[in-house]
Amino acid sequence: MAKNIAKTGKILPKTKKNITIMEVCGTHTNAIARFGIKKLLGPKIRLVSGPGCPVCVTSASDIGAISSISLQKNVILCTFADLLRVPGPQGSLEGARASGADVRVVYSPYDAVELARTTEKTVVLCAAGFETTAPLIALCVKKAAELRLKNFYIYPMLKLITPAVDALLKTENNIDAFLLPGHVSLVLGTGPYGFIARKYGKPGVVAGFEEKEILTAIDMILAQILQQNTQKPPKTAKIENAYPPVRAEGNPDALKIMAEVFAPAAAEWRGFGVMPASGLALRKKYQSFDAARKFALPRSPRAAAADKKCLCARVLQGRVEPEKCGYFGKKCTPQRPQGPCMVSSEGACHAAYSYGE
Amino acid sequence: MCIASPGKIMSIKGNKALVDFGGVEREVLADLAPNAKKGDYVLVHAGFVMKILEKKDALERLEFFKEIENPAPKARKPGKKR
Repeated sequence: MAKNIAKTGKILPKTKKNITIMEVCGTHTNAIARFGIKKLLGPKIRLVSGPGCPVCVTSASDIGAISSISLQKNVILCTFADLLRVPGPQGSLEGARASGADVRVVYSPYDAVELARTTEKTVVLCAAGFETTAPLIALCVKKAAELRLKNFYIYPMLKLITPAVDALLKTENNIDAFLLPGHVSLVLGTGPYGFIARKYGKPGVVAGFEEKEILTAIDMILAQILQQNTQKPPKTAKIENAYPPVRAEGNPDALKIMAEVFAPAAAEWRGFGVMPASGLALRKKYQSFDAARKFALPRSPRAAAADKKCLCARVLQGRVEPEKCGYFGKKCTPQRPQGPCMVSSEGACHAAYSYGE
Repeated sequence: MCIASPGKIMSIKGNKALVDFGGVEREVLADLAPNAKKGDYVLVHAGFVMKILEKKDALERLEFFKEIENPAPKARKPGKKR
């Protein structure tokens, strides 16, 4: 498979310096690095990471807000493990924990609902993730409502991947195609990606997470690019699915629960700033579960001035490789991260450091 | 992480399913897969069943998971060309 791809790379038009494929899924970032896929592809095919790591795109102001909530009296803050060490304006959640905050790691967001049933304290769930996780958080909020829990809240930081892809393609970029996320697509299906092909003329293929699945999807992308460039009339780009568990219509139960509990809203992304309709806010019926409302936090608190030498924002846009950051491997390692891309196992910098040579 | 793990439903009552992930069992919620039943192979993310898998597909995925968790001594190292 890899030889086939490298061969295709060689017969691409000489006018194209190289082909740039962007992946927008943190699990793909990790898998590609783990399996050494970049090295298999030959010099003409570049794989870059985009804004697919939900922890990495969480803004510094949101990190500041959840740290601040965790330090309130009688609060138990529940979080996925990756968020714990992300540096924020007043330090990380791990730092807050060392200062006495009750911060607990959960594997499932439902663990936070169960916790709220057994304690008098206020339980706040950090709701970070993309469309794979959003339906689960929605279910948790709905169950909390059914159980009439008065001490369960979420701090919503959920993001939608397609607005970020649109934002990238609107600006000048060298992206030729997308490797599309496997598990987000379990929920969304393939329809929402249509604009990538229709509006921007770029191919997109939904990929699984095994080595051969990622290579198969790349092969399909290259086949499309070849057809676009060599056939007369040129074939138009399309969205294809190379991950068998994904159905074109997605998971209707998941989409239904998401729409019942959440509505699209503006969200602040690290690397992109505030983008309209790129995140999820609780609908009126469930607003009483909003931690930002409960703790009367301003919705867009002013973030501390970013460290300009940390290139996470540009790495997230696919404009810079992790190795080009001056901190990479020196001041910034997984043990002493300066930015979220090095903290999260889905971050491009973490993957490059852990699996690079 | 969006890495959904494949497993087999050993028992299910209401929306609570006991899933075997190749030796490790965990209780998960099946609200997003209302047709899930005992014996089904499923993909689980963050404690929730996301999808019922075809048996053949699931068995291949379980095998792959076992392999990456415990690579055989002669497995190709990442970065080396085939």
